[in-house]
Amino acid sequence: MTEMRYEAPTTLDDAVALLADSKGSTTVLAGGTDVLVQIHMDLIEPDLIVDIKNIKELTAIKKEKGGYRFGAAVSGVELMDHEDFCQTWPGVMDGVKLIGSIQVKGRASVGGNVCNASPAADSVPALIAAGATATIVGPKGKREIPVEEIATGPGQTSLKDGELVVSFFLPNSPAGSGGAYQRFTPRTEMDIAVVGVGINLTLGDDGVCSAAKVALGAVAEKVLVVEEAAAALVGTQVDEAALDNLAAAASAACRPIDDKRGTKEYRIKVAGVLARRVALIALERAQGGQK
Amino acid sequence: MKKHHISATINGDEVDFLCETSETLLDVLRDDLNLTGAKEGCGTGDCGACSVTLDGVLVCSCLVLGVEAEGKEIETIEGMADGDELHPLQRKFVEHIALQCGICTPGLLISARSLLEKNPDPTEEEVRFGLAGNLCRCTGYQNIIKAVMDAAQEMRGA
Ligand SMILES: Cc1cc2nc3c(=O)[nH]c(=O)nc-3n(C[C@H](O)[C@H](O)[C@H](O)COP(=O)(O)OP(=O)(O)OC[C@H]3O[C@@H](n4cnc5c(N)ncnc54)[C@H](O)[C@@H]3O)c2cc1C
Ligand code: FES
Ligand code: FES
Repeated sequence: MTEMRYEAPTTLDDAVALLADSKGSTTVLAGGTDVLVQIHMDLIEPDLIVDIKNIKELTAIKKEKGGYRFGAAVSGVELMDHEDFCQTWPGVMDGVKLIGSIQVKGRASVGGNVCNASPAADSVPALIAAGATATIVGPKGKREIPVEEIATGPGQTSLKDGELVVSFFLPNSPAGSGGAYQRFTPRTEMDIAVVGVGINLTLGDDGVCSAAKVALGAVAEKVLVVEEAAAALVGTQVDEAALDNLAAAASAACRPIDDKRGTKEYRIKVAGVLARRVALIALERAQGGQK
Repeated sequence: MKKHHISATINGDEVDFLCETSETLLDVLRDDLNLTGAKEGCGTGDCGACSVTLDGVLVCSCLVLGVEAEGKEIETIEGMADGDELHPLQRKFVEHIALQCGICTPGLLISARSLLEKNPDPTEEEVRFGLAGNLCRCTGYQNIIKAVMDAAQEMRGA
């Protein structure tokens, strides 16, 4: 391997300057659980590695007015150890907890999961369903976008040269809200999703669903937000008929590939089955007063 | 090639080393510091044979760069026994014959210790999930689980 430069800036300004000035290929390093594998397998050969873990905006978890904010480089284990965050966002944590082994989660960040842009990334459907936004900084300043606008295809993002994700913001959801994420894999641990489903929903006082968001992973080139699936729940008590409609809409939205983990037909079928299960967990959490 | 000068604490000792950006912490431990307990089974985070703790957090040392160790506290299998006195987990691994070739053992011991620090009284299922990042191609896991459960009981003083 040729010589690689390593920098670990301590401020956002320095990080952006390094990313913007760099001539050769540059790789942002958070937990490195994708980056180091890609280097090991000679998939990438960066001239410069910019480690973002020494920047405080990227490593903080804090409650703000209107919601929770956590740094893009916060590790899975740090989120799992944060009791209040886990209680507030069990659906998001369903996704985070599925990222690899304990060892992997000791390093892996949500920012890396989102920016690596795998269609099967486990935290992404959960975040999207929860309405998360991302704060991005770059040479032209700051911008805030919904998480679903980051990945554009496998390994591809909408981030421009010199940009990085600083943090994610989860807006408080109304009382009576609940969220969940599940994936289907042949093995219970350490596997890649064949299908992943994230659902958040809100119930009114009358038990009728007033809002919902459904996100599907691993069934297209990026995570899909399926409005028809959400519409199947809104205005119902999330009863059998609504769940059937949800499953049908989820299956209909899939445009998966065939691969060693599953055929197209299989993924389409599983997406519906899983959507139904995830909706029931979200419903239970909404009824229990959890988000 | 320019090398980075890194200072870290390994098993309680202050250590200085030089490394290139491309070297992983596992490369540094094994090749530069002669701490060959951590093994390279895969180099891609899948097998856990390279498990160490970094500031108390269980990680795969093959997924950490040597340069990232600056100022950190690292614990490896070499620091697990207290002189000649084996750690209860080590003793129980021997008693229960929880190893055959031994490649996975250092990583499993470090992971098991980390698991029991967080959860001193785990169920068998919790042990199996907690050690899912450590692959063993020889034993079939049964004796490993027994050894960890038994060590947990002893360490709780039960
Ligand atoms: C054994 C193993 C098992 C795994 N299992 C799973 C699994 O079950 N589910 C799953 O979803 N993933 C899994 N992964 C993949 C990986 O762990 C996750 O994608 C993880 O969340 C990546 O986070 P990281 O901090 O390690 O990212 P890094 O490797 O540091 O970065 C990943 C990518 O994102 C870019 N990046 C990182 N942070 C930012 C930022 N703030 N702004 C802009 N770009 C950024 C990097 O440049 C790189 O391209 C597994 C990996 C391994 C090694
Ligand atoms: S060598 Fe690090 S996980 Fe296999
Ligand atoms: S004893 Fe051989 S791999 Fe576990």
